[in-house]
Amino acid sequence: MEDKEKKDIFESIWKFFASVRLAIVVLIVLAGSSIIGTIVEQKAEPAKNITLLAKFFGDSAAPTVYNIFAKLGFMDMYGSWWFTTFLAVFSVNLIVCSIDRFPKTWRVIKKPQKPLSDSAIKSMPIRKDLTFRTGLDTAKEQFLKSLKASRYRVNESSEENTVRLYTQKGRYARLAVYVVHLSILLIFAGAIIGVRYGFKGYLNLPEGRSSSVAYISPTEPIELGFVVKCNWYDTQYYVDSDTPREFQSELSIFENGKEVLKKTIEVNDPLKYKGITFFQSSYGMMPDTVGYFVLDIAPAGGPEKRVWLRLGDSFEIPGTGITGMINDFSTALTRDRDTGKLNTYSKNMVNPAVAIEFAEPGRDTYTGWILKRYPDTGFLPGGHSVKFADYWGVEYTGLQVTKDPGVWLIYLASTLMGVGLYICFFISHKKIWINITGNKKSVRVAIGGSTNRNRINFEKEIDKIISRASESIEGGQPSKK
Amino acid sequence: MTSSVLFDISAGAYIAAMITYVIYLVVRNRTTGIVATSITIFGFVCQTAALAMRWVHSYYFWMASNPTSGFVEATLRGAPLRNLYESLIFFVWSLMLIHLIFEFKYKNRSLGAFVTPLAALALLFIDISGATKEIQPLIPALQSNWLLFHVFLSFIGYAAFGVSFGAATAYIVMVTESKTEKTYIFWSIITGIFILVLVGMGIDFLSLSSAERAELFQNHFLKSTIRSSSGGVVAVSSIVSVAFIFLLWHLGIRLKKVLEGLNLTPAMLDEIAYKSIAVGFPLFTIGGLLMGAIWANSAWGKYWTWDPKETWSLITWFVYALYLHARFVAGWRGKRVAILSVVGFIAVIFTYLGVNLVLSGLHAYGSG
Repeated sequence: MEDKEKKDIFESIWKFFASVRLAIVVLIVLAGSSIIGTIVEQKAEPAKNITLLAKFFGDSAAPTVYNIFAKLGFMDMYGSWWFTTFLAVFSVNLIVCSIDRFPKTWRVIKKPQKPLSDSAIKSMPIRKDLTFRTGLDTAKEQFLKSLKASRYRVNESSEENTVRLYTQKGRYARLAVYVVHLSILLIFAGAIIGVRYGFKGYLNLPEGRSSSVAYISPTEPIELGFVVKCNWYDTQYYVDSDTPREFQSELSIFENGKEVLKKTIEVNDPLKYKGITFFQSSYGMMPDTVGYFVLDIAPAGGPEKRVWLRLGDSFEIPGTGITGMINDFSTALTRDRDTGKLNTYSKNMVNPAVAIEFAEPGRDTYTGWILKRYPDTGFLPGGHSVKFADYWGVEYTGLQVTKDPGVWLIYLASTLMGVGLYICFFISHKKIWINITGNKKSVRVAIGGSTNRNRINFEKEIDKIISRASESIEGGQPSKK
Repeated sequence: MTSSVLFDISAGAYIAAMITYVIYLVVRNRTTGIVATSITIFGFVCQTAALAMRWVHSYYFWMASNPTSGFVEATLRGAPLRNLYESLIFFVWSLMLIHLIFEFKYKNRSLGAFVTPLAALALLFIDISGATKEIQPLIPALQSNWLLFHVFLSFIGYAAFGVSFGAATAYIVMVTESKTEKTYIFWSIITGIFILVLVGMGIDFLSLSSAERAELFQNHFLKSTIRSSSGGVVAVSSIVSVAFIFLLWHLGIRLKKVLEGLNLTPAMLDEIAYKSIAVGFPLFTIGGLLMGAIWANSAWGKYWTWDPKETWSLITWFVYALYLHARFVAGWRGKRVAILSVVGFIAVIFTYLGVNLVLSGLHAYGSG
């Protein structure tokens, strides 16, 4: 008695989770509630959202509404208990309804196809009736050939004066929908693994500095297990434009004081080491920092020499007697179009330039600006060159540091879902029956077909099979009845 | 001939095609139908050529800044899918492609009268949104091989959803018995809002200086009418809007007679609405959601961050998943699924354009 009751409860719970009505409700709720999080800014400063809410509810009500919303988890809603619960219900629904429906699908797949009577063929969704002036054997031979040419593996059964050909294709395509469902669950599994065993951190690393930790939040460092160093950071620009072309950093990985890996990373091209990935995500200038001017100096026809100098330092172009002294710097040099005066238009290193005062025995000193983005500005009279390679040590690279041991599951699931969806929508389970009745002189051919989708294409395919067979039989069109 | 001249010719052709298709609806003359199709094909050929020319052009544009790039890399980076203008052009191209396929498959031209207006609206939208038409340098975040496939498949998907929307709206009108039906009222409101938003943007466009037009979408959206700072203007535009929707509701049902006179049947429209989703859903899932996630992971180490663009594409996905399950598993038919197709396309528009109105993110088409 008790067992039966338990069974009833279990059954009704099962039915609840297997129902398509639940699926529809869950999809509506997920779609509807997701909208909230795109309007209310997630994980933002309270003031931001209060300002937003004031537009809808007025200034006085806004803080109260904010508090209610915050209690409901709207400010971090995709992580809220109720949204997570809906995702969980969604998953259970997916699992239960798939298990519930699978046996039926499997039976359809495994059910052997049987030959049909002429009257059964007449009730098929697609049906054709033809006659040929030819023998039974020839007709059978040609239809077999034509079906094989369309890659059908044909079964046949014969009685006196009747041959029945029957065949099917694509029955396993019926499983694709389960593959798609499974891939959604795998994505959830991958996401859970990522959250539990991985981390998403960041690290702002100045040029020349190293770190053995990344940060999940300013107060939450996480050990990397090795040391990462930023050798340099650089923004490259499109020619004659301030549109960035590339953000680059050169990173080195050290283990026990030894460099084991060095790579220049870009957006879309990160560095991976021991399961941890470093992505180029931002950059910036460090306040109140003095850097080195990196110059490449070469006398006319001579080799280039790299020097690292501070503001006010001097250098000599080897073997020429020409000396230079760095006496000014601009992060972004421009010439004002109206006044012709030089000025700095940005605090960021958009167009870095260095002013160098050159002295040569027997000549007046002169000062010239050398721009990093325009190497031509470094050519001096007499063929010597002083190129401004970098102002090093003042920028930091902003790195996104992540570890996600679940990501391979996401990739696997994406592939599965792509393949599953393709099969699900573009491959159908097609069945054909051909009954040929007649004698040595004339035959009647009844053709029936059924498919679970894409009927129009299937009809075309059957027409092709017919025309191929009839062409071989009589070298022309069949006489339609 | 430059690509922009060809684009203009194709835009003109599509608008001419729209007019011809509508005339065809009214006069039902075979020759008119053939003319409408021919104009559409002509426009499509011009647009295809223009896209190819722009691609070649931006290939060299990329090469100018990146002389060390190989052929494949420069081809991928040169794909004309980088900003709002290019994406809208591509949307129109995909829409016409799918429309032509359906027209030839179903041998029925009437659908053109519902799909070409969508193309014309998108073309109109290009001009009034003030989107820049210049070839712009590709910002570092977009320099990925995923760009082409992600955008290409997403837009074919969007266009398929657009065709479904066209068929579903026509379907709703066809099966309406009386003006008091909820579905029909819903239809009037949605169609009305569609037209009103475009008219509103047209007014924005006319009232702005050419410099401000470039930022219409970001800063001036409907500011001349319904979002005006002057209460009077807001009141007048609201009344006019409501009156317009009422008028549409009152007269829209006449379309039914027009449609009935053609060889369009509700069953055919229903099938087209479904077929388009059957094509669009897998493409959008694979190209939009999955490839987007994989790209995000390879660029930023996060495949999903619930940013509004991602969330809205997921909402779109939910709606179409709902459509498919309601239709195949729950056995919904007719008006109920037609409404889902309409709602789905509203979500598409929001995913594509609406999100960019609310905030700028990585999908803001480099407006920043």
